[in-house]
This record gives sequence, C-alpha cells and structure tokens, in this order.
Amino acid sequence: MTVEEHAKRYPEVWRRFSPRVTLIRYAWYLGTMFVAAWAVHQLDIPWFYFLDAHVQAGDLFGRMFPPDWAFFQVVLDPLVETIHIATLGTIVTFVVAFPIAFISARNTTFNTATWFIGRFILVTSRSVNTVVWGLLFIAIFGPGPVAGVWAIAARSIGFMGKLIAEAIEEIDEGTVEAIEATGASRLQVLWIGVLPQVLPVIWGTSVYRWDINIRESTVLGFVGAGGIGIMLYSSINQFAWREVGIMLISIFAVVVVSELVSAAIRQRIT
Amino acid sequence: MLTITDLVKEYPTGLRALHGVSLTVDKPQVVAIIGPSGAGKSTLIRCVNRLVEPTSGSIALDGVDITKLGRGALRKARRRMGMIFQEYNLVERLTVMENLLSGRLGYVGFWRSFRRKYPAADVQAAYALLDRVGLKGYENTRADSISGGQRQRVGIGRALMQQPDLLLVDEPTASLDPKTSRQIMRIIVELAHERGTPTLLNIHDVPLAQNYADRVIGLAAGRIVFDGGPDELNETVLTEIYGEEDWSTTVGGGDDDGDDDRPGGSDDLEKAAAAG
Repeated sequence: MTVEEHAKRYPEVWRRFSPRVTLIRYAWYLGTMFVAAWAVHQLDIPWFYFLDAHVQAGDLFGRMFPPDWAFFQVVLDPLVETIHIATLGTIVTFVVAFPIAFISARNTTFNTATWFIGRFILVTSRSVNTVVWGLLFIAIFGPGPVAGVWAIAARSIGFMGKLIAEAIEEIDEGTVEAIEATGASRLQVLWIGVLPQVLPVIWGTSVYRWDINIRESTVLGFVGAGGIGIMLYSSINQFAWREVGIMLISIFAVVVVSELVSAAIRQRIT
Repeated sequence: MLTITDLVKEYPTGLRALHGVSLTVDKPQVVAIIGPSGAGKSTLIRCVNRLVEPTSGSIALDGVDITKLGRGALRKARRRMGMIFQEYNLVERLTVMENLLSGRLGYVGFWRSFRRKYPAADVQAAYALLDRVGLKGYENTRADSISGGQRQRVGIGRALMQQPDLLLVDEPTASLDPKTSRQIMRIIVELAHERGTPTLLNIHDVPLAQNYADRVIGLAAGRIVFDGGPDELNETVLTEIYGEEDWSTTVGGGDDDGDDDRPGGSDDLEKAAAAG
C-alpha cells in the first residue's frame, strides 16, 4: 500500500464522543450547576458570617486550649458508658439480624410472605436515624443508656441484615446442592452448607458496625440516650470550651482506636 | 436395583432435556453415560436424586418410586444415594474431616451436627476413607487450601460416607488434568467394585469411559442411542451418539480428546436450566 492509499483509507480524526453525546454531557454539567445555584439561593445563606469565619474558628480553638486535662476524670465514666452502649447494641444486633438476614435472602427464606416481612424490617430499620430511634426508645424505656442500646440495635439491624442477606444470596449453590444430596434436613443445610460460606461477612460486618456504633453512640446523649453526648451538649451550652476540648480529644482517641481494632480484625478474617 | 422408566424432563424454558429414557442397573457395575454437551446427561443423573424434578416417568430404587416421595421420604431416599460433582461442591471453609462427615448428615440429628459431635463409628469410617483415597493426615486441612484432585478425593469420600446403595457421579474429571483424571476414575471405579455399589457416571471423555466402565450408555438429544459393553464402542456408534467426525483416533484409546464443541451443543444451557 502506498502512502497516498494509506492516507485515503484511514481517517485522521478520532473523537471519543459524537457531537450529540458531547452536547448531552454539557447539558448534565449545566443542570448540576443550576441545582447547586438554586440550593444556595433558596438556603438564604448569611454571607457576612463568612467574612470573619476564620477569626471565629481561631477564637473557638483558642478557648479550647489548653484542654482541661483534670476534667478527663469526669469524662472517663460517660466515655466508657458510650463504648458499652455501642458494644451491647452491636451484640443485640448480631442476635436479631441473623435470623432476619436468612428470611430476607431469596434463596433461604420460607416463602414470599416471610421474605417480605424480612425486607420490611430491614427497610424500616435503615430508614430511621439512630438519634431518632433514640428519641422513640426514650419514650419507652425512659432516658439513659438502655434507650441508647436499643437505638443502636434498631438502626444496625437493617445495616447488618441487608449485608448478610446479600452475602447469602451470592453463595455457591453447588455446595448447598451437595449437602441436600446427602439427605440433610433443611436446618442442617443452612448450618453446614450456607452458614460457613457467609461467616466471614457476618464477622466482618459485625466488627465494622461496632466501629460505626461507637461513633454513633457519642451523639446519643444529645437526646438523653446515655453516653458522653449529654455532657458534651451541656458543656457546649455553658461555653465551657476547655471541657469540650478534652471531650473531643477523648472521643477522637476512642474512634481512632476502634477503627484500628476493627480494621485489624477484619483483615484477619479469611 | 435402579429402574428408570420413560423418564421425561422438560425445563420451564421449554427445553426438553430427556425424551422418555428407560434403563435398568441391576448389578454392581459402573455405568458410564456418554454423549455430547446438552444431551441430557446431567439432567438424567440429577433426576435420580431429584436435584432436578422429573416431568414424568418413574425412577425406582429397590422398588421405591423416588419420583412420588414427599419431603421427608425423599431425604431418606437421598441418604442411600451418594453424589460426586464436577466442581467438587465441598464446603470450602470447613475442614476435610467436616466435609467427609457431612456425608452422615442424613443420619445424625441437628444438635449433633451443630456441635460437630458425630458417632464414633462415623469418625472411624471417615479416617478409614481418608486413608483409602490417599489423604491421610489431611483431616484438619481446610478444603479451600488443597488442590482440585485432592478436593475431588474429599468429594468421593463424602459420597461414600453415606454407605450408598447407588453412586451418582456427574463429570468427575472435567475440571482435572489428564493424569489426575485417571487417578480419580481409578479410585471411583475401585471403590464401587470393592463395595459392590452400582454407579451411574457422566463423562465427556470417551477413552476414559472405555477404560474404566463396565457398561456404556450413549445419550443423544435426550434419548438412549447406545447401551452396551465398552468394547462395543466403535466409529459407527460414536457417530450415532456425537455426529459425524473422524473417530479413528478416539476408538483406539490413549488419546485424551475430551472437548466437544459441536454446533448446537448447549451444556451451559442445560446446566443453567438445571440450576434454576
């Protein structure tokens, strides 16, 4: 093939998108910018606060410093209570989410009705925030850590149940077939054929959820459901910024440690 | 004794995998079922323990019609039939011993299997089988950390733990290399003969079937087109089962030509339908 033939046969221009697709893409960018502009307009943002925001932030930081280290003794008990709320809530979740996950997975549920009940519980649990669950359980159990434990559990059941149910739906059905072929009962098929396959997901999500719950339980006290939150709230209201400082540092330390523990455990699960 | 009469299987997709298959296995022999992909080999074997529900016809194991059994009775019937799978289908995250003992699930209560407390006789039988299939010392190894050939040995052990009156074997060597395939076939056939267990065995590989089976059944498009001794397989018979091809190198044996990509062959389709 001569050079001229070559030049005639193959185009010199290449475009990733056709002009029409390019136009659509720009329309999407414009649309997104419009929504953002609309939101800013509607929110009626007091812009003059932005002028000295950096000064205010520096001032707040200054008032927290130096943190009131002696106050740590006072903080310690509610901090431990916060961790207990998260841990107990996660254990309750583990027990409750387990059967719900099995009836919410299409391949292990009994019938359409049980599947629907399972899914309904999962959706309800997930659609309400932990703090809102806290308000509801305070109405039932009164203020305090008990309401907090139930709030944590109520929200976590949906999270863990959904992830475990999805894992159950993705198991190797060949193994289940093989266990069925031995003449095993339905319960034995679940226990020997299904459970071992989803065990890593069950442990992994439990530890992960415990780590999330520690963070969630620090704000439960804002509504009176136990833990360090109630103290944090009252210190903020009293402008006791040096107390707030030590509490934020303590919470930060606990969250970092729980994340490290959770990551280390999840890595070891095989 | 296994008697299959006029077995028909039609999948909800409309795929008719079996068109009235009848066969009898009345003595402890290894019956190899050969045939192209999509011929209904897998469906046939899975109908026997009702992993696939037959559409019509009857399957009698020692006089009991398996197709008519309810849930509980089917479980009892399944205990008497051991099954070995192409993909081994072990519980990967459990140990070799737990996988072997799962062959006894039909005989132990839930509480015993829950605590992994199997009767002493079962544990002893499991150790003996472990030794027999060449996996001595592997009892505490997890099933996902051993090779394909070793996994299939565990699969064989699990099926034989049932002390079955019938062994169903679905493409035991299709995922294995030629040497391991021969070892696995030899173990299955030896154990079947030792224990006098009638065996139905699907296999792609014609020379392997010829070497190890006592009887060969040829299945094509859901019908039995050949039933005879392995020495009766010749080019005419293979053409009838698989269609026109140069069979001269296959019939002589020795060659490991296991692939068949005949146009229209739809093993995947059949497997998918069987799974659904």
